[in-house]
Amino acid sequence: MGLSRKDLLGIQELSVEEIQLILDTAEPMRDIIRRQIKKVPTLRGKALINLFYEPSTRTRTSFELAGKYMSADTINISTSTSSAVKGETLKDTAKTLEVMGADIVIIRHGAAGAPHILSKHLSASVINAGDGFHEHPTQALLDMYTIRERKGQISGLKVAIVGDILHSRVARSNIWGLTKMGAEVCVIGPSTLLPPGIAELGVTPFTSLEEGLPGADVIIVLRVQLERQQKGLFPTIREYARLFGVTAERVGMAKPDVLIMHPGPMNRGVEIAPEVADSVHSVINEQVTNGVAVRMALLYLLAGGGGPHEAIG
Amino acid sequence: MKLLVRGGKVIDPANDFCQAADILIDSGKISAVGQNLKANGAEVIDAKNKLVLPGLIDMHVHLREPGLEAKETIASGTRAAARGGFTSVACMPNTNPVVDNQALVEFINSRAASDGVVNVFPIGAITKGSAGSELAEIGDMKSAGAVAISDDGRPVMNAQVMRLAMEYAKMFNLPVISHCEDIDLAANGVMHEGYFSTVFGLKGISRLAEEVMVARDIMLAELTGTKVHIAHISTAGSVELVRMAKKKGLNVTAEATPHHFTLTAEAVGGYDTGTKVNPPLRGADDIRAVKEGLGDGTIDVIATDHAPHTVEEKDVEYNYAPFGIVGLETAVGLAFKELVNPGLLTVEELVRKMSVNPARILGLPKGHLGVGADADITIVDPGLREVVDVQRFASKGKNSPFGGWELKGLPTVVIVGGRVVMQDRELV
Amino acid sequence: MLNEKTVILDADGIRRALTRIAHEIIEKNKGVNNVALIGIRRRGVPLAERLAKKIAEIEGRYVPIGILDITLYRDDLTTITHQPVIHKTEIAFAVNNKVIVLVDDVLFTGRTIRAALDAIIDLGRPEAIQLAVLADRGHRELPIRADYVGKNVPTSKKEIVSVYLTELDKKDKVVIEVDTA
Repeated sequence: MGLSRKDLLGIQELSVEEIQLILDTAEPMRDIIRRQIKKVPTLRGKALINLFYEPSTRTRTSFELAGKYMSADTINISTSTSSAVKGETLKDTAKTLEVMGADIVIIRHGAAGAPHILSKHLSASVINAGDGFHEHPTQALLDMYTIRERKGQISGLKVAIVGDILHSRVARSNIWGLTKMGAEVCVIGPSTLLPPGIAELGVTPFTSLEEGLPGADVIIVLRVQLERQQKGLFPTIREYARLFGVTAERVGMAKPDVLIMHPGPMNRGVEIAPEVADSVHSVINEQVTNGVAVRMALLYLLAGGGGPHEAIG
Repeated sequence: MKLLVRGGKVIDPANDFCQAADILIDSGKISAVGQNLKANGAEVIDAKNKLVLPGLIDMHVHLREPGLEAKETIASGTRAAARGGFTSVACMPNTNPVVDNQALVEFINSRAASDGVVNVFPIGAITKGSAGSELAEIGDMKSAGAVAISDDGRPVMNAQVMRLAMEYAKMFNLPVISHCEDIDLAANGVMHEGYFSTVFGLKGISRLAEEVMVARDIMLAELTGTKVHIAHISTAGSVELVRMAKKKGLNVTAEATPHHFTLTAEAVGGYDTGTKVNPPLRGADDIRAVKEGLGDGTIDVIATDHAPHTVEEKDVEYNYAPFGIVGLETAVGLAFKELVNPGLLTVEELVRKMSVNPARILGLPKGHLGVGADADITIVDPGLREVVDVQRFASKGKNSPFGGWELKGLPTVVIVGGRVVMQDRELV
Repeated sequence: MLNEKTVILDADGIRRALTRIAHEIIEKNKGVNNVALIGIRRRGVPLAERLAKKIAEIEGRYVPIGILDITLYRDDLTTITHQPVIHKTEIAFAVNNKVIVLVDDVLFTGRTIRAALDAIIDLGRPEAIQLAVLADRGHRELPIRADYVGKNVPTSKKEIVSVYLTELDKKDKVVIEVDTA
């Protein structure tokens, strides 16, 4: 039993069984992270390349650690050092990585669909670490892992995703994943940051926290990019914080045991009040730990394959 | 040099002539149309079981020459036209440099005469450099042979500039072809705004980006009385606006492209940049409206907006790829597939939209098969099937989303000025 | 299709073998004060539990039991078609300075034990690691031997030694089978 796919490009294409397998596999991985010797030899001799066209500390480090804990050789390529600045196309980069013998390529890119180009030109596994506004599948997987661990199951939960839904790949991946797993999902944000056709994805859109938060089991707070304000999508950060900031008072409208999540990095005092980020409800740090475990699981599930399955004596 | 096209079904709506007949061609002109014409030494082209049409005219193509010869040249683009069943094309001025003066119109005419295999009619720019601010030398271009003016590829955002351009063009009876797109509303989008742009995570272009400009240009047409032609209409709202304008009796015409009546935004799935086009592939409702508009005469013309690009330019991230689809070599097949075969348009109506009306709008003495007319003839085999292979395109551009599609109803012979330039799907 | 050829151990045979191994573990380690059992998934786990129970009957105290999943340490992961499902390793005690008795059903090539040794050493530094198996069928590919053996079974490489345990299989039996497919 494994993932019968070469790449992970999005949650949209995953079945419920595949999601469950990844989450189940992440459990033993998390035990490894907690050990003194955080290393298993599983991916010995495999080359894992982090190809990051957008700055990211959290996701890149998480993948790098996941690879290292699994004994893969990990290399980081970021825009400043890659040949992207020299004008090399993604297709040529893919071909270069191919002949260098990369086994797994993790790509973060500002343009939606960039991982699809890579996967077309690479026999190595491609993992999407975030492409444009399209998907960020490993973030959704770690969010679902965290929710499942804390709540026992995802099915039947009410999850509110708050913030800039329009530009959020985290929101899209979570919407696909959580609805597949049977959660009831609503999205809350200013109407200028709710994408068209969002309800057709099976979620309920709201333009006020007061409407969307009551009864929520989980609140996923999204980072608001300051540049959106310059583009005129909302008037000021101050007004955004006043209307859409998740404060302790607003958390009070949700269930008493609500979980507060945030993919990071946070703008404290803007989309999330500091006291909420540090409250007992907050599982923001656990998300980070679980992220490494989920990515280890994924590396394991994508990295094998060859001959017949034989028992070893 | 004499040719006899024998035994085909002649469809000549301009002369109200639709029946089996032979056509005799002498010295580049049609010399006789009738039953059982004698060959008398003329080369005979057997058109049995085929449709004999007035040469098709694509009034919206990008031949890319001068300046962008890696994408297409007048030589390759006109060969693509011939392979696609067209005897004439009108080429847009967004080359490098932009065709905004007499010298460049003359260059295109001379290059077309030396390299071209079909008739080429240049369209001049509305504004200098198509920059949208100062009027180009429209009168000079008209004298050199420009058949219309357009800043296609870019809208004339300034309404006052557009008004002046229309008023000015009216003096020369030149139609103004409008690329209707409000740049601010389009907001750097790369596909149709809606469910699929949300799912694919790509920036959307709303229908309104097109419709506000269609509305504006219709109002300007009313004010100025100029012939205004709306290029590549893509939304249900635009179709309705044009319908209302026609009801009012305004001098407004419109065209639709095969890709806009064939594909929806769903085709963008997989991020095939062959589907990236401006205006973008829209929704199913829009396709329905465009087809309705073609059926009820609101949309006068089928034009391809043939927009070739190099493989290198297109084989990149969806956001970074240039807009455009090559259309010349799939247009007839798609029109049969989507319009004629399902019974939405008769062949006669199709001929109006692909020959009679473009000739009328551009003021060309073409689009019919009467005695004395230019011997521009397209012969179509309505039963011929072919799987689209972009590598076989005569166009340099292979950027088509239709590779691998099976099309039925394809041109088999193209005669330009009495000369056979395409026969049995191969260039002569 | 697997055809049963020979029964090596029946239920009583398994019980007697485990009783003997329990005695040997106690004797060899002069009591069980510092001993812990670790069963290798899957059939090593019920065997370790049975051994712990027998040791408790004799010595009056339960030794700690752990469960080891060696999947991540296998040396054939890159060559097999389907990734095996990984289960949790559950070892709730520190292995440092303990005498660890690894428990498995069948000792064959030795590769599972090699993986298990690596896995345990990644958890800490035991004083010693010993190995108890219900059946040793030979054909070792690595220099590994068992300290405690329920039964030595000479086999050909084509034969399959299958262990059935009531906890997982509703019966207790060790048999030689032949693949007739």
